[in-house]
Amino acid sequence: MKSETPSTYDEAAELLRGATADGRPVRFRGGGTKLGWGRPVPEPDLEICTEGLDRILEHNAGDFTAVLQAGVPLAVAEGAFATAGQMLALDPPLSPWGGAGDDAAVEAVAAGATIGGIVATNDSGPLRHHYGGVRDLIVGVAVVLSDGTVSRAGGKVIKNVAGYDLGKLFAGAFGTLGLIADVTVRLHPRPARTATVVARSSDPTQLPAAAATLAHAPLEADCLDLWWDADAGAGAVLARFGSADPGPRVEEAAGLLGKVGGLAIDIDTDDTACWEAQRAAQRGDVVVKVSALPAALPAVMAATQALGGTLVARAGLGLAWIQLPVADDGAETVARIESLRGALAPAPCVVLDAPADVRAALDPWGDETGPVGLMHKVKERFDPAGVCAPGLFVGGL
Amino acid sequence: MGETNVQSMSKGVSTGSVPLDELVAICGPDRVITEHAALRTYESDGLLQYAVVPAAAVLPDSASEVAAVVAACHRAAVPWVARGSGTGLSGGSLPVEGGVVISLSRMRRILEVDLANQRIVVEPGVTNAQISAAVGPTHFYPPDPSSQIICSIGGNVAENSGGVHCFKYGFTTNWVVGCEVVLPDGSTTVLGGAAGELDRPGYDLLGAFVGSEGTLGVATKITLRITPAPEATRTVVAYFDTPEQAGQVVSDVVSAGVVPGAMEIMDNLAIAATEAATHAGNPLDAGALLIVELDGSESECAARFDEVIRFCEANGATGVRIAQSEDERALIWKARKAAFAAMGRISPNFYVQDGVIPRTRLPQVLRRIEGLGAEYGLRVANVFHAGDGNLHPLVLFDAAVPGEAERAEELAGRIVEVCVEEGGSLTGEHGIGVDKKRYMPKMFSEADLEAFQRLRCAFDPDGRVNPGKVMPTPRLCGEVPGPYRQHPLEAAGVIERL
Repeated sequence: MKSETPSTYDEAAELLRGATADGRPVRFRGGGTKLGWGRPVPEPDLEICTEGLDRILEHNAGDFTAVLQAGVPLAVAEGAFATAGQMLALDPPLSPWGGAGDDAAVEAVAAGATIGGIVATNDSGPLRHHYGGVRDLIVGVAVVLSDGTVSRAGGKVIKNVAGYDLGKLFAGAFGTLGLIADVTVRLHPRPARTATVVARSSDPTQLPAAAATLAHAPLEADCLDLWWDADAGAGAVLARFGSADPGPRVEEAAGLLGKVGGLAIDIDTDDTACWEAQRAAQRGDVVVKVSALPAALPAVMAATQALGGTLVARAGLGLAWIQLPVADDGAETVARIESLRGALAPAPCVVLDAPADVRAALDPWGDETGPVGLMHKVKERFDPAGVCAPGLFVGGL
Repeated sequence: MGETNVQSMSKGVSTGSVPLDELVAICGPDRVITEHAALRTYESDGLLQYAVVPAAAVLPDSASEVAAVVAACHRAAVPWVARGSGTGLSGGSLPVEGGVVISLSRMRRILEVDLANQRIVVEPGVTNAQISAAVGPTHFYPPDPSSQIICSIGGNVAENSGGVHCFKYGFTTNWVVGCEVVLPDGSTTVLGGAAGELDRPGYDLLGAFVGSEGTLGVATKITLRITPAPEATRTVVAYFDTPEQAGQVVSDVVSAGVVPGAMEIMDNLAIAATEAATHAGNPLDAGALLIVELDGSESECAARFDEVIRFCEANGATGVRIAQSEDERALIWKARKAAFAAMGRISPNFYVQDGVIPRTRLPQVLRRIEGLGAEYGLRVANVFHAGDGNLHPLVLFDAAVPGEAERAEELAGRIVEVCVEEGGSLTGEHGIGVDKKRYMPKMFSEADLEAFQRLRCAFDPDGRVNPGKVMPTPRLCGEVPGPYRQHPLEAAGVIERL
């Protein structure tokens, strides 16, 4: 496989035009932290790395917007925004190991996930509870299509309805529609202080009730998560509040949780580590992302319990990441994933991380439902030659 | 002036004749309108400058009727336009000559209220205000266009509508989690979460659909997120000598990390008009007023409210009025929400724009608007959603004066160009429709427009759904380019083509 590192959009366009002319498949690579996601596909002829597209083109602090080239590592962008007391409210795990891993592997993804990769895979973290996902934070996008067309959609202002919202279309498309060259994002004030209420319990039925209590309270938590470890028989609900003085709200949340009963409640004002752990738990050897409704959380926990897994969930949103124990035999892991899917159907259960033999034995995206035919029509219009990451995505897109 | 624009837009798309017998068979004779006088109800949306009488209007009662009507139009090669309450301000639901209007106004059932999951499922004809009413008082649906008592959620979805609370809470697109949609070929599909879940695998076609101005299909069932109603609301209106001072307060508030539920500015002319209409008690000599509304938890509101008042005072507020009751709050908002309608008090006609600017450019943009107003000899009143930089300059004119309407339209066009030049957008919430499509090349290159067209063609290759809107010039889809070659992965059985 040939690897190219364009430093301009024209260079990227030229590479894609060439690939289209030859009918050779291409994949796009940012930080390389999620290359295993999606359907297993043969190694393409060409990899286009965004490492050379690594500039923060604009940070308009007064307007709370920024334009980031695809290859900017999220951690670098956040560092720049923090100097102005701002943040991009997007906090997915930045490496496949959540910070751990052996030296060589860590070195390989040292810079961590890039904004382009995060947008292309629609990854997110605990802040999604309050700030929304990738689709809610990007206000503009520049893309390079497989015929070499460089197109922009959206704008640089946070409110804009001119033209079609191609940013959302490309977000989460796994590079199958073209290369995301840059994105314009909406920024938010970085809270001066944060505080987290943690309510622990060994009773898996109690935690979803505790989470629901907070989800319906008008307290505007920044994050509302739940974790559960089946082997340890332990878990917690965590709610984070940020502002100049989050104290009153975190106390109020603790009070509401106290009424649920049977929970060990603590308030943590040095809460970085506990949220890092929530992020890190979204990655692992076998991770299945469940898209359910919040009220399905008890069922999601029961399924996790039955398989001896661990769970982190955005309790107010219904999204959950289940880590399953790795079986010696790939077929056993496949059976566990299928059992999970059966238990939670029709909620989509997408396999993110899994060994190659497992990925090959099942469709990581799950059963095809929804407008897959229409998605193919979209793909044919944007990438008629079918060279952008073919076969990787839902329905073989 | 609208007719000529409209005529040109379906050029190149061959159209058949309306299959009236089929439409009557689907909806019954009472719900198929063909008389010219009755059809004039549908000739315009909220933007009255444009009017086209369609060949027929149908009022389906159900999703299956909508699908049958669309399928019949598809077979007959007849263009169609979906219409909600007709409050749009860009001519987005302007009918097409010889085409059919599909009015969703009979589909106004609230299908499911699911407070446990913070979801509501509705038909497209339900009004925006009915949604918050259906989930209150514990929850609410934040996007709140000023026309919320009348405008339909289907129209909100088509236009990605905003409102005064969008700076904090986001726009329609951030709250729609699923849509049952009838596609241009008459087939029905679900975009987004079939059960209202987030992150369903596949392309985010829902994200592309919301805000597509009715050009990709028609929503027949809409699933929305809702959120807990705020515990407390604090509203203040402050008066200043100039809009720039009010704008500086907005910047100070946002920079301090305070995220108000709403921040609205009106200039002196807008104050004068709204006072005449609502008698809200705002001083006629104020150069500008700023409404700031904080909502959220009691403790957070109380703490931040004092900060907001301090910023107003530091920027030279000449007066500050804090709403002491729900009635006083309602009065403050009544003046703001009546702003467009109130213009009739000070001018026979007005032309509203919807440009967006980066908030920090407010002072220079206001200066440029003022200069343009002087150049054209027309008054411009200004109303802004200040948090998100969405300006609604209202160009006042008298259509009875020869040439003034044309001058007003030209001035309005110059104003949106200023917004784009300053790094903003042609439209923040009203949509491009027919009204602003000619300005699209100011904001987007041909390559950008071509990418838009790819999306449109994937949904509507025949170009018969709301044709002539959004894109500046008529264009055809053509076939998917390039000869079909079997992909190596396809040959290897790794991928399969549908």
